[in-house]
Amino acid sequence: MADSFSNNNEMSGRRKFLVAATSVAGGIASAAIATPFLLSMMPSERAKAAGAPVEVDISKLEPGMLLMVEWRGKVVWVLNRTSEMLETLVKVEGELADPNSEKKQQPEYAKNRTRSIKPQILVTEGVCTHLGCSPVFRKEIAPADLGPDWMGGFFCPCHGSKFDLAGRVYKSVPAPSNMVVPPHTYLSDDRLLIGSESEGSA
Amino acid sequence: MSKQNSMIEWIDKRFPLTSNWKAHLSEYYAPKNFNFWYYFGSLALLVLVNQLITGIFLTMNYKPDASMAFASVEYIMRDVDYGWLIRYMHSTGASMFFVVVYLHMFRGMMYGSYRKPRELLWLVGMAIFFVLMSLAFTGYILPWGQMSYWGAQVIVSMFGAIPVVGETLQQWLLGDFTLSDAALNRFFAYHVVTLPVILVTLVFVHVLALHEVGSNNPDGVEIKANKNPKTNIPVDGIPFHPYYTVKDIVGVVVFLIVFCGIIFFAPEMGGYFLEYNNFIPANTLQTPDHIAPVWYFTPYYSMLRAVTVNFLWVDAKLWGVILMAGSVVIFCFLPWLDRSPVKSIRYKGPYFKIALTLFVISFFVLGWLGTKSPTPLYTLLAQIFTVIYFAFFILMPWYSKIDKTKPEPKRVKE
Repeated sequence: MADSFSNNNEMSGRRKFLVAATSVAGGIASAAIATPFLLSMMPSERAKAAGAPVEVDISKLEPGMLLMVEWRGKVVWVLNRTSEMLETLVKVEGELADPNSEKKQQPEYAKNRTRSIKPQILVTEGVCTHLGCSPVFRKEIAPADLGPDWMGGFFCPCHGSKFDLAGRVYKSVPAPSNMVVPPHTYLSDDRLLIGSESEGSA
Repeated sequence: MSKQNSMIEWIDKRFPLTSNWKAHLSEYYAPKNFNFWYYFGSLALLVLVNQLITGIFLTMNYKPDASMAFASVEYIMRDVDYGWLIRYMHSTGASMFFVVVYLHMFRGMMYGSYRKPRELLWLVGMAIFFVLMSLAFTGYILPWGQMSYWGAQVIVSMFGAIPVVGETLQQWLLGDFTLSDAALNRFFAYHVVTLPVILVTLVFVHVLALHEVGSNNPDGVEIKANKNPKTNIPVDGIPFHPYYTVKDIVGVVVFLIVFCGIIFFAPEMGGYFLEYNNFIPANTLQTPDHIAPVWYFTPYYSMLRAVTVNFLWVDAKLWGVILMAGSVVIFCFLPWLDRSPVKSIRYKGPYFKIALTLFVISFFVLGWLGTKSPTPLYTLLAQIFTVIYFAFFILMPWYSKIDKTKPEPKRVKE
């Protein structure tokens, strides 16, 4: 055996084939054994099961008030907009990147100017579409730090993205799209269900 | 033969002790003209040892659980004997690691230490830098304070910007659909097992690569090109031990004075080493009004948020991530971007000196901007300095080539 190695400096066709075949088999085995390890890092069954819908009572939500609700570990905002707030939605449209909500960031029933089912109640994930920070609700008009054109909206402190009072993103900010409107429905006038579109699946 | 010698002989027959001692210390010849800038390699090694030892002791009391992590860090700070000292040694060590590594890299840029034949040495160094950044990031998450949580949120969301696979990749990284206990637990595993093992291995490879090609020096002279024909020792070299071990000990003493000063008098460093918002437990519903990374990441963070317009077919968000990653990765190309006939800044011309100065200024300005809230003026400044930062690298093949250089000496200067 030793002789056949030392005598042959160049690998014969048969040996070449065996080396290649062994390498391929070894490579496949490595990939196979890596698979369970890599898959073990995906969300577990427990994490998958934790997405139950949340019911919210909005009877005490005064006009102009913002309620924060936790759903699937994310913050969801419920904002009761005043009529003045709703008027600003028209005024800012020229400065928005996607005023008509063309990008699919909301269910069909929220693809309108107010991005909501009831015009005054906005339900949206309070998560910036840039890098996941939670923007700050800045309802005051023309504050010193946001400039004289600010009509009220949401400002992300992380990277300066701006959204209007319907969660629509302004032009020329890092965030690429409007905020996400989660699936939701009204069980009655004051009972809002977030995370599902029908009572049955709740 | 003395007892000690016979002992060493016994070992040498079984393990290459004496030969390695000679090859890497007592007969490793380093150029005799090392200056101040050559302290930071050995200091980085010192900080590495500090991080490993203090880190081990911190794991004895830390709990990688989203409901217990914050309290366990406070427990270390208040109830564990000398826990505060060990924790401050570790947190200050993290910042000082970046101080010495940045100075070590700047030395390489000044004296052309990345040039042939040291390209691989430089690349291994860059790999060390990437691992170091990952270690800093995963470590910063562990206290599970407000900055831990929202900092991690931003960084992990960057992977979501990658087209097609982004969302799946993000879930794979987090082990959940949002940043939660699952992520904290695995980042702990990375921080205390995976990354330290890789880091120590890479440092070992870095030193091996260095000792293969030999050290560069402020004159950029290859001392191996000029050996004493009788002894075969470089005429401009001196043995690393005892000459540079003794020199490095001086550096260590001075460094430790500064290090202890920070630990005992300013461990938070005015919010730059430990941020005030991180003394508030993570709140998944509310981002702090002002978030900024720790100082050593602020230059890259500025570039991340500098892009506000969609460009070509890529949106602003992805551009920001590409620029941020590019600003670090681009260092890897230095060995091939520099076309100057000389290595060291001492013999390079005015173009390179101006370019390097502008680069350092832009690094500091971007770093400062990264600690501030974004305003239109600051965003504009970040955009201007991002361009300068990248111009230093991208234009290097031209300005380094046409620069008016002085001839490199054959021997190091006395």
